[in-house]
Parts: sequence; structure tokens; C-alpha cells
Amino acid sequence: MPDSALPAEAVPVIPRGVRLHHDHVRDGWVLLAPERTIRLDPIGLAILRQIDGTASLGQIVATLAEAYDAAPEQITGDVDAFLQGLMERRILEVRP
Amino acid sequence: MTETLTAPEPTKSRRGIPAPIAMLAELTHRCPLSCPYCSNPLEMVRRDSELSTETWADVFRQAADLGVLQLHLSGGEPAARRDLVDLVRAARDAGLYTNLITSAIGLTQKRLAELDEAGLDHVQLSLQGTDAEMADRIGGYQGGFKRKMQAAQWIVEAGFPLTLNAVVHRQNLHQLPEAIEMAVQMKARRMEVAIVQFHGWAMLNRGAMMPTREQAQEAGRIVAEARERLKGTMVIDYVPADYHDDYPKRCMGGWGTTGLNITPDGLVLPCHAAQTIPSLTFDNVADRPLAEIWYEGAAFQAYRGTDWMQEPCRSCERRTVDFGGCRCQAMALAGDPAATDPVCIKSPLHHKVVEMAEAFSEDEETPLTYRVNA
Ligand code: SF4
Ligand code: SF4
Repeated sequence: MPDSALPAEAVPVIPRGVRLHHDHVRDGWVLLAPERTIRLDPIGLAILRQIDGTASLGQIVATLAEAYDAAPEQITGDVDAFLQGLMERRILEVRP
Repeated sequence: MTETLTAPEPTKSRRGIPAPIAMLAELTHRCPLSCPYCSNPLEMVRRDSELSTETWADVFRQAADLGVLQLHLSGGEPAARRDLVDLVRAARDAGLYTNLITSAIGLTQKRLAELDEAGLDHVQLSLQGTDAEMADRIGGYQGGFKRKMQAAQWIVEAGFPLTLNAVVHRQNLHQLPEAIEMAVQMKARRMEVAIVQFHGWAMLNRGAMMPTREQAQEAGRIVAEARERLKGTMVIDYVPADYHDDYPKRCMGGWGTTGLNITPDGLVLPCHAAQTIPSLTFDNVADRPLAEIWYEGAAFQAYRGTDWMQEPCRSCERRTVDFGGCRCQAMALAGDPAATDPVCIKSPLHHKVVEMAEAFSEDEETPLTYRVNA
């Protein structure tokens, strides 16, 4: 578990060398990174699709909350844990 | 070494055989270095037998259709292929994540820019030592370290994500902390620390390179400490010394389940050392479609799953964890490719491996045997 949550203004960025890819053989989306293939569930995919290098974490949570008709507080935790998990593995970066 | 999280049932698998995720393409066996632990076979493929650009491009497409996601362009030294840029382009066109495994010797700034433009995803740079004295002696190439460090700088400047790959053994293990520091300095996102694995040329160098048990444990401690300290900065993957372990490694993620290797002349191998098993025969991409080779080829079927196992593996609760370890190691140490990997504590030969490892690690006379090019 991460020590503290990411600030809402943080802007997540998918760094060079990491790509979202549709795996047509296994029919699913994966995140391809150096020596890592991360299979995405629909939630992970939805989060990653919101990352465009300009949207802040707060904006991403708001968009997802609206799309899934859920309270932002409910979503924040999931998004934060998912992103920090990727950051720890150097698959995602954030700009403060 | 590809990790999958919550992999769903592969939809297009045949008879329960999963599609491969990773492919290692040994583009050439040629290399300017002569590392004594080189995993290339003792009998190397000559230049005039290497696959053409077009054949490789076709193999990349077939691999992508088969389900391969990650392609490792390796060698020898892949930069020794004049058509490397075209090969990278072909791999990207096929939709593959493309990783270049290189010593960086022979890579110029211009070539790196072309590789960048062709879409190369990632560079994995090998490190023989942390200073010229060590690196040039291990690589058997005077001035190699200087050229490597220059190329490393260009790789970083070009913005490629970088993995630094340090092979450690008795002669350079004391440099491990410095190697980790170098990787951090180079802003590598990832580092691979591998204690030398005894296949290929390394088999001839067990006396000169076998770490002591204490060294192997020390390496584990250094890596564990660095992982903690560098959390979020650099990921470290660690391949421990297998002669000093209680259980063998799950080789290639399980024989015929995850990955495949193509030799410079087109043989399709379940693992890079599979040619050391004399009873196996290998198909060539020139003769058979890659998918057929993967699903039906004799070499892939030979040790897939658990049916081929003998005791103690057959009834062991770890049989689907490590799949009985490495077939090539069983061949090399037990003389039987279907035996329990003798590294395993349950193998009747385990005590011999322990004694052998100890004897090798105390060998102060045997000089390094360098690999020689074909
Ligand atoms: S291990 Fe050394 S000699 Fe073998 S291919 Fe790699 S750099 Fe060349
Ligand atoms: S007996 Fe075989 S399956 Fe069991 S741990 Fe040893 S190598 Fe693995």
C-alpha cells in the first residue's frame, strides 16, 4: 500500500517505452512495458484511456465518476492504488 | 521474464496450450566481445547461414499472429546485422513491442537515431564490469568499455527507456553496488542483475566464475537493500545463483508455455540452450509455419506440461510451480533431460551439485575460457 495518496493536481503520464496494445489473440487490452506485459481489466483500461498527459488526477476521477455514475470518493482510492502500483514499477510517471 | 497479471483464458489456444508471449530472435551469433559466459552455443551459426531480412520480417508477422507481444532482438550482437534498422521497423510494423539486447559496441549516434525513428521501444544494455579494467578483461575486448559508455550516453540522450543488465560472477561480484549506482546514474528504469547461469560457454568457466555460497547470499542482500532504497526510481529484477539454491528456477516460464527462441539460421527452440539436449530435433522457420511448430513441434511437445516427469517431480506439489526446473541443466548434470533438475533439494544428485559448486568456487587456477566466434 502506498504511504500517501497522489495529489489531485498531479498529471499522470504514460512514459516512452510503455504502450497500450490490443491483444487480438487473447482478445484483451494489455500495457506493454520493458519486460512486462500487464493485462488490463475494464477498470484499468478505463483509467489508462483517460491519461493524455494533460488531464490531472482530479479530472480523471471526475470523468470516471460521471461515466460510471459513482461517487468520486469511491473511485479515488481505486485510481490512486492502480496508478501508484504502476509508478512503483516505473511504468507510469506523474508531473506534479 | 514476462509477467502477466490475471491472464484470462487464451481464446485461441489449441488443446489447452497457451500462445507464446515472448520471442527471442538471435539475429546473429557474431559479436565483437568474447564473454566467457556467453549463452550462445559452442557451435555457432556462420554469417552466410543467417536468415535474410525478409525471412525475419515474415517470422515477426507470424509471431504476432501467434500471440507474441514482446520481441527481444538479441545475438551475439544484434548491431552486427547491417539491416538492424529494417528489422526493427518490420517488428514494429508487425505490432510487436521491440527490445534491443545489446553490448552497444558498434552502435553509433546516427544508427541510434535511425533505430529511434524505426520505432525501437526499449534498449537493454549489457555490462561486463564497472570499470575498463574489469569490463575489457571479461568481454575480452580492449577499449570496449570506453566505447560502451559512450554509446550508453547516446542511448540515454536519444531518450530510449533503458535496462542495464549486469551479469555477475565470482570475479566481478564485488562491483555489484557500483553497477547499481551506474544504472541509477544512467537513469535506467530497470536493472537486471543475473548471477551467471551455467549454459553455453559458461559451462567451460564454472571453475573461473562460480560464486561462493557467501557471495551468492551477499548478492541477494545487496539487491534486496537496493530494491527497497530505489523503490519508485528503478526496478531490479534478480536472477539468483542456481547452484546455490534449494529449488530450481521455472525455466522459460515453463517449457512451451510462454516463450520461444529463434536461432540465426531459423531453428525454433523452446529455450536458448535446448540444442544441448541431443535427443531433441528442431523445426526451421523455412520449413514449417511458426504456429505449427509452437503447437505441434516435437521439441515443444517433449517437455510441455507434467506428463514427461519422473519422480520426485511427478508427485511433487511444486511440479506446476517450477515444472521440474531446467531441462538443459538436467541434461548437463544428470545426463537425462527428463530428470529432476539436480539443483533441486529433492534430487538424488543435489548433494553432488552442492559439492561441485563448492569445488568450483574454490578453484583458483582455471583461467577464463573466452568464447570464439564462428
Ligand atoms: S554475452 Fe558477450 S560475447 Fe556473448 S553475445 Fe553477449 S556481449 Fe557478445
Ligand atoms: S522435485 Fe521437481 S517439481 Fe519438485 S521442487 Fe524439485 S524440481 Fe520442482
